[in-house]
Amino acid sequence: MEPFVSLTARACVLAWANIDTDQIFPARFMKQPRAIGYDKYLFHGHRFDAGGCPVPGFPLDDPSNRGTRILVAGRNFGCGSSREAAVYALVDYGMRCVVAPSFGDIFASNAVNNGLLPARVAEADVEQLMALLDGLGGEVTVDLRECTILAAGERFSFAIDPVWRQKLLNGWDDVDLTRGYADAIAQWLQQDQRVRPWAGPPAV
Amino acid sequence: MARTLFDKLWDSHVIARRDDGACLVWVDRHYVQEGSFHAFDKVRQRGEKVARPDLTVAIADHYVPTVGRDALRQGNELLRMMGQLEANAREFGIVHYGMGHPRQGIVHVVGPELGLTLPGLLVVEGDSHTSTHGALGAWAFGVGASEVAHVLMTQTLWQKRPRTMRVTVTGRLGPGVSAKDMALAVIARIGVDGAVGHVIEYAGPAVRALSMEGRMTLCNMSIESGARCGMVAPDETTIDYLRGRPCAPQGADFERAAAQWLQLASDPGARFDREVEIDAADIAPTVTWGTTPEDALPIDANVPDPDRIDDPARAARVRDALQYMGLRPGMRLRDIAIDRVFIGSCTNARIEDLRAAAAVLAGRRSKVPGLVSPGSAQVRRQAEQEGLDKIFIAAGLQWGGSGCSMCAAMNGDMLAPGERCASTTNRNFKGRQGPGSRTHLMSPAMVAAAAVAGRFADVRELVAR
Repeated sequence: MEPFVSLTARACVLAWANIDTDQIFPARFMKQPRAIGYDKYLFHGHRFDAGGCPVPGFPLDDPSNRGTRILVAGRNFGCGSSREAAVYALVDYGMRCVVAPSFGDIFASNAVNNGLLPARVAEADVEQLMALLDGLGGEVTVDLRECTILAAGERFSFAIDPVWRQKLLNGWDDVDLTRGYADAIAQWLQQDQRVRPWAGPPAV
Repeated sequence: MARTLFDKLWDSHVIARRDDGACLVWVDRHYVQEGSFHAFDKVRQRGEKVARPDLTVAIADHYVPTVGRDALRQGNELLRMMGQLEANAREFGIVHYGMGHPRQGIVHVVGPELGLTLPGLLVVEGDSHTSTHGALGAWAFGVGASEVAHVLMTQTLWQKRPRTMRVTVTGRLGPGVSAKDMALAVIARIGVDGAVGHVIEYAGPAVRALSMEGRMTLCNMSIESGARCGMVAPDETTIDYLRGRPCAPQGADFERAAAQWLQLASDPGARFDREVEIDAADIAPTVTWGTTPEDALPIDANVPDPDRIDDPARAARVRDALQYMGLRPGMRLRDIAIDRVFIGSCTNARIEDLRAAAAVLAGRRSKVPGLVSPGSAQVRRQAEQEGLDKIFIAAGLQWGGSGCSMCAAMNGDMLAPGERCASTTNRNFKGRQGPGSRTHLMSPAMVAAAAVAGRFADVRELVAR
């Protein structure tokens, strides 16, 4: 996984709250293989009409927001369905960071597993950041070492779980880490079979 | 020290703890479905095997057609999705319940009804409504594809300890008021992100009084308040429900396990990070009007009027939701006419749900078309033995097969743009039941009442007193 250390890029404002993963990636496209590129389905219901023609006015499609790699959104971003396709769509589009006051728990886990930084910023700061970006977009620097966001000369701090911060900074892969615990797992299983004999394989 | 139910579940699953606080936990049951193909692809890309196929169960639900199964022809996308799951299951040695199998159904209905899910187990699936299984006193939560792949390869997950919240529902639910109303009332109280980062334990006499089906409905909706899992401590209701289930321990093994499960309840004096208390007497039959599950109100209420809301951000959100939903500010909920009804989903498609809807529909006609999709093939058989299918058909509704159906709208069952549906499902998000769809969440009995009236109605006025 590509590490995340610091990024200076265009940020796009999506000023509403509770953007669920159905909005980010509609269910009807989930049959598609990832290889075709999920970016074309990102916010599809908001960017395209029933016939698939582009609908003007969605902030991401504003010409000034071309090349956006950072989203600035309202609270509870990524709530709802656990579909990792929502993260794939953002990543395939080129996103590396979402800034919001809070995130859906599963979305945030999925994001970190794909090198996408979910940066939690106080609600008042997000509002100020959105205002600095004229409610539309602008250049922003996100530094994961310092946990800071710089926009139009203003500095904001963001929060992220320290475990996730390390993982993103190093580009760690969980499976590789877990392989180092093979002995601990085997030992634990032995004693668990005594404590919870009913937890073993079910008779299917 | 006094421990909560969750503390006990956590303690019994931690294999190792890193200095930074991340813990490696053991997964006891792993369900996979058609959407899990991303994870299987990852396993293959790494040249790995599935670590514990004997703890993994594949069940087709999201893409299973509920009607017209015989008309499927080669090249059909649904067949391809179901076939992909079957092929992955075969390749990795995982048991598979596909379309037509007598055990097929929605994972969150099938897992408990077979006794695959048990109290004290850690249960995951790549589906956010895995929280349902917490009703049995399991630690159950939804994960994304990367985590599914990690579980497939290692049967473990890295977790941070979540905070705990206890939602205590005191008193008794009134007649015509169900677990769905309780769930919607909880979400309306704490908000759609009110429980982010938390595990919810539901407690109190009104929760204890719920059947297992009701507890599953309640735990199912936990994710709609942001909680990755919800749970109810095992008690005699749980034990009675599980005894004799085909995949649960049997005989003396079961009784020994049951004695252990009853010890999982939170100790007296155990501390929660947050406590919420709700009086069941305050809960009325509830419907949603907007585009998030917290937009829920008692049936006697009126739709909010953004002009009367002081907070400009909230007023803007309400205005946007009303516009999408095609509703007039301040109108009575009872004046909202519907186009269609849907009874189904992992929230409300168990036998008790179908009985509740059938009790209202018996001897009546639905004014609108609609679909009833039982939660599993087993629920379908039982409903037919009880004659419930005949009641639905006589009322003018379609009696379909089991699957996620019109809740996820991935199997071809969907609303037309602008159509308004009274639905027993869990999410009223924009476009959830198809592009432009308008979903109103409510209990099975309230959907049945809406079907009879052609508009939202109070089921308490329809059922015999």
